[in-house]
Amino acid sequence: MPVTLTYPFTSASIRRLKVGERVLLSGRIFTGRDRLHKFLAEGGHTPVSLKNGAIYHCGPVVIRAKGRWRVRAAGPTTSIREEPYMAAIIKQHGLTVIIGKGGMGAETRQACRRYGCVYLHAVGGAAQVLADTVKNVSGVHFHKNFGPTEALWELEVIDFPCLVTMDAHGHSLHELIAKLSEAKI
Amino acid sequence: MPSTWTKSLLELIRRTSADLPRDVEAALRQARRQEKPQSSARWALDTILANIRLARARNAPLCQDTGTLLFYCAVPFRFDTRRLTAAIHAAVRQATHEGSLRPNTIDPLTGCSCAHNLGAGAPVIHIEFAPRRTVAIRLIMKGGGSENVSTQFSLPDARLKAGRDLEGVRRCMLAAVAQAQGNGCAPGVLGVCIGGDHATGTECAKRQFLRPLNDHASEARLVALERQVLADAQKLGIGPMGFGGATTLLGVKIGALARLPACYFVSVAYMCWAFRRRGVVLDSAGRVVRQLYD
Repeated sequence: MPVTLTYPFTSASIRRLKVGERVLLSGRIFTGRDRLHKFLAEGGHTPVSLKNGAIYHCGPVVIRAKGRWRVRAAGPTTSIREEPYMAAIIKQHGLTVIIGKGGMGAETRQACRRYGCVYLHAVGGAAQVLADTVKNVSGVHFHKNFGPTEALWELEVIDFPCLVTMDAHGHSLHELIAKLSEAKI
Repeated sequence: MPSTWTKSLLELIRRTSADLPRDVEAALRQARRQEKPQSSARWALDTILANIRLARARNAPLCQDTGTLLFYCAVPFRFDTRRLTAAIHAAVRQATHEGSLRPNTIDPLTGCSCAHNLGAGAPVIHIEFAPRRTVAIRLIMKGGGSENVSTQFSLPDARLKAGRDLEGVRRCMLAAVAQAQGNGCAPGVLGVCIGGDHATGTECAKRQFLRPLNDHASEARLVALERQVLADAQKLGIGPMGFGGATTLLGVKIGALARLPACYFVSVAYMCWAFRRRGVVLDSAGRVVRQLYD
C-alpha cells in the first residue's frame, strides 16, 4: 500500500520514508527546472515560501482557457541537471521534497540526509496520468522572465503517484542500480 | 483558412504527440509481462501503459516534452519544397497555439522562448527527392531527456577496452546504455551508426528510428549485432525508469556508413519509451492518401 503524504511536508513525515516505498502526494507543489534552480542557487528568492515544500522538476504544458490555467500535460524532467544547485537550495530554503526523474547525485543525497529531504521519482513520460492529479493551478511566477516551460507553477495535486528512490537516511536506489549494472559490463 | 497541406500536417503532429505507434506499445506490454508483480518496474510499466491509453483517448500530448520535431519528407522531382516548408511551419505554429506542442524552442543566446516553436534549425526538416507522385512525411518527436544521453565514441577507446571491430562497437553501445541508466526514460530504443563522420554518424543513428521495431537490418552482421546488444543490455538490470528490472531496452537498430581510415565513430542515439513516430502519404493537393506505421 502506498504511503500518503500531505503538504506541508514536515521533516518528521519525510524521515519515515524509505527507498522503494510508493507515495501518493497531495497538496501544493511548485514546478521548477533549470532557470529557477540557477536563480535560487545564486541567491534569488521566490514570492512563495519553499519551506517544507516540494519542487517538481517539470515543465508542464499549460493552456489558458476561459480565464483559467489548465494543465494539459505534466510529467517529470531529468533531475540530474539540477545537481549543481540542489543541495544549496535544500539548505537555504528548507525544501523537504524533490520530485523528478532519473535521480540525483551524491551531494543531493547527503543534503537529503543532513536536512531531512526526500527524492520522489515520478514515472517519466507519464504526462497524462500525472496531469490528472492536478486539480488546480493556484499561481504562476517568473512566467515572463523564464518563459512558460521554465516558470514556477503552483499546482494543487491529489494523490500524485511516485516512488521513494532517495531517502533522508542516505540511501539511493540510483547509486545501487548504477553500481550493479556497471559491474556487469 | 489553413491550406489542406497545413491541415494534414497539423493532424500528423497531433497524432504523433498523442498516439504511440502500436509496435512500441506492444513491446511495452511484453516488457510488463517480464517484470515481477508488485515490483517498482511493474508499477512503472503499468503507469506507462495507462498513460498511453489516456493520451490516445484524449488526443493530448503523451509526454509534456514534445521534443525536437524531426520531419523526414520524400517528394517527387521538381516539387516546390518552399511550399512544403511553409506548410510545416504553419502547422507547428497552430499546434503550439492549441497546446499540442509545448513552447519548447529556446534561443541559445538570449535564453528566450522562440515564438510558435519556430527558430533557427527548428523544426528539423529533411527533404529528399525521389521518383514518386505522392509526398511521404514521417515525423519523430524526440524528447530532451533521451537526447541528453545520446552520445558518440571514437575507437579505439582504452577506457572501454573497445577496439576497432564489431566487438568494440558492442562495448560502446553497452557503455552508452549503462551511462544513460534511467535518465533517457528507459526502456528505450538505441539507434546506432557505425562509421560516417561526426555529423553524418549522428544523423544516421537518429534515422534508424524510422524503422519499425520488428524489422531487420539489411546486413547479416548488423542483424546479429542488434540481437546481441539487445540481449546483453537486458542483463544489465537497469530496468524501466532505472528502477531495476528485466527490460532495459525495447530494441536496437544499427546502420553503417563508410568511414575514413583515421576515423572510427560509433554514434549512439537513445529514444525514450515515449517513441513518437508517425507518418502520412499525401497527394499533390495535400490530402492524406494513407497512414504509415499503422
